[in-house]
Amino acid sequence: MIWFRPCRWLLPLTRLVSNLAVTLLGLLLVTFLIGRVVPSDPVLAAVGDRASQSTYDKAFIELGLDKPIYEQFWIYIKTVASGDFGTSILTKKEIVDDIIRVFPATLELATVSILIGTLLGVPAGVLAAVKQGKLIDQVVRVIGLIGYSVPIFWLCLLGLLLFYAKLDWVAGPGRIDISFEYAVNPMTGLLLVDSAMQGQWDAFKNAFSHLILPASLLGYFSMAYISRMTRSFMLNELSQEYVTTARVKGVPEWRVIWCHALRNAAVPLVTVIALSYASLLEGSVLTETVFSWPGLGQYLTNSLQNSDMNAVLGATLLIGAIFIGLNQLSDALYSSLDPRVRKRL
Amino acid sequence: MKARWPSTQAWLMSEQPSSGRQAALGRAYRAWVTLRANRLAMIGLTIVLLLIFVAIFANHLTSYSPTVGGDLRTERLLPPSLTHWMGTDEQSRDIFSRVVYGSRLTLMVVALVAIIATPIGLFVGTTAGYLGGWVDTILMRITDIFLAFPRLILALAFVAALGPGIENAIIAIAITSWPAYARLARAETLTIRDADYICAIRLQGAGPVRIIWGHVVPMCLSSVIVRVTLDMAGIILTAAGLGFLGLGAQPPAPEWGAMIASGRQFMLDFWWVATMPGLAILFVSLGFNLLGDGLRDVLDPKGLK
Repeated sequence: MIWFRPCRWLLPLTRLVSNLAVTLLGLLLVTFLIGRVVPSDPVLAAVGDRASQSTYDKAFIELGLDKPIYEQFWIYIKTVASGDFGTSILTKKEIVDDIIRVFPATLELATVSILIGTLLGVPAGVLAAVKQGKLIDQVVRVIGLIGYSVPIFWLCLLGLLLFYAKLDWVAGPGRIDISFEYAVNPMTGLLLVDSAMQGQWDAFKNAFSHLILPASLLGYFSMAYISRMTRSFMLNELSQEYVTTARVKGVPEWRVIWCHALRNAAVPLVTVIALSYASLLEGSVLTETVFSWPGLGQYLTNSLQNSDMNAVLGATLLIGAIFIGLNQLSDALYSSLDPRVRKRL
Repeated sequence: MKARWPSTQAWLMSEQPSSGRQAALGRAYRAWVTLRANRLAMIGLTIVLLLIFVAIFANHLTSYSPTVGGDLRTERLLPPSLTHWMGTDEQSRDIFSRVVYGSRLTLMVVALVAIIATPIGLFVGTTAGYLGGWVDTILMRITDIFLAFPRLILALAFVAALGPGIENAIIAIAITSWPAYARLARAETLTIRDADYICAIRLQGAGPVRIIWGHVVPMCLSSVIVRVTLDMAGIILTAAGLGFLGLGAQPPAPEWGAMIASGRQFMLDFWWVATMPGLAILFVSLGFNLLGDGLRDVLDPKGLK
């Protein structure tokens, strides 16, 4: 039977899918527990304390609180799987619509940040590894250490104070000036892409000037992580014998470093970059709050402050799912890029 | 010291320790000697000790109250000066005194999270590692699910459900911290599970509880402690982030993150209100990071630098 030939990809694929399914189920269980079991009155948490008695009773039945807890969980899985996260108390809209509306802002911010972090972090890490123990290594190390230790919201505030209020180099909080707010026709929701596609270069410039400061500050945090990891991967590669061989046969030093060693270090680096892309979602919660950036992070904190539990859980679930997805993706990338790992699977 | 106790060092460095205690103390002493040579780690240790000192003697270090302000007409939002080292805030409170008392809250958060999360992580990790089989599968699946969440987001969701407050923030951070320790403890347990001395105890008839508690946990303790130290900077930052969002300690408690949040609206004209507590957070988490890095180098020289 020719169709039953064992496929090389089948086993890893099934493992990936089952891993993903179990983890997502766990994610649902955690948000279910947070929403239903932890609060003293889950109905109040879902409809808010200003709801009328009839709304309260309706929600009580809808949440299935008269049923045993495993049945409630089953109902929860079914509603979430059908794309129904409930209604936000704050915006009176479906949570899904809200999230679709705010997500591009976060995506744009995180993408520009990871670009900045990678473009600065990788060369910095390589330089630090090549000049191990020298001044530049120390400088990279200190910059990284500060990145690990500084509260991000505080750095954002200082950045706003210096670059916006005092120096006036960049635009202030928000995503774009009011005057451009409705000039750009939302297509992808990414302002830079939309304005460039429509040829509105004034709006593009304005959006860029709003974006660059929060993106640089977030990028700094991923740079701290990426440069540190690049350094240790490069140190590992530079001590390998193939590097000595290349040097002995007369390959120029820059080629040894940037073409031979970095190419091998790039495999684990992909994982690191994917992971820091995921952690930018976390950093964006605080950054967006400071910069009034209308993204997922600000949506989450706004909902938190108005105890809009449905919205909080919806956003948490989405961020968690993206986090898990990126984690699995980086694993998959790692195994498809590294021939040694590929063979083991 | 050396001159008066010539034998102490020799006793510690002895190649043939005569008791378990001597061996343990000797190992600790050797680690200390290595750590002492690491300048950055020593700076970190100094900062951490300074934090503990300031937290204990907060009431002797400053004469101003951290919660009750001075004259609202004349002492509001004063810049840093000799009388108010870090200036005053919008309620005429001395910021230096608030930062000093805030160290108590920070230390409390760090200590309580460590006290809650470390035993949970150790228990889950060693049990999963030692027993293996389906216990291992289930416990590690749960651990993986918690690890799959971004930490701050999970803590946010928990605090949202529990309600704001420093106790709930501590619980939320502890819930998000233990999985990393469980993973580490399990990995350590797997390496010693089939060691000869464990087999010897098992042959003597010791049950799993006794073996795990008496022989596996002590072996995992040192690496878990290093991991906890490394995590402390993250714990402080998460706690400050929760405070900044208004979900941690409630006013008028002098929590550093909440202080930054209240100074935010005066940022443009009165920079010191938000800047000073931020510097304190930076300083303390830098200290924990430096110390943790040094400890890791001592106990695990092969680890990533």
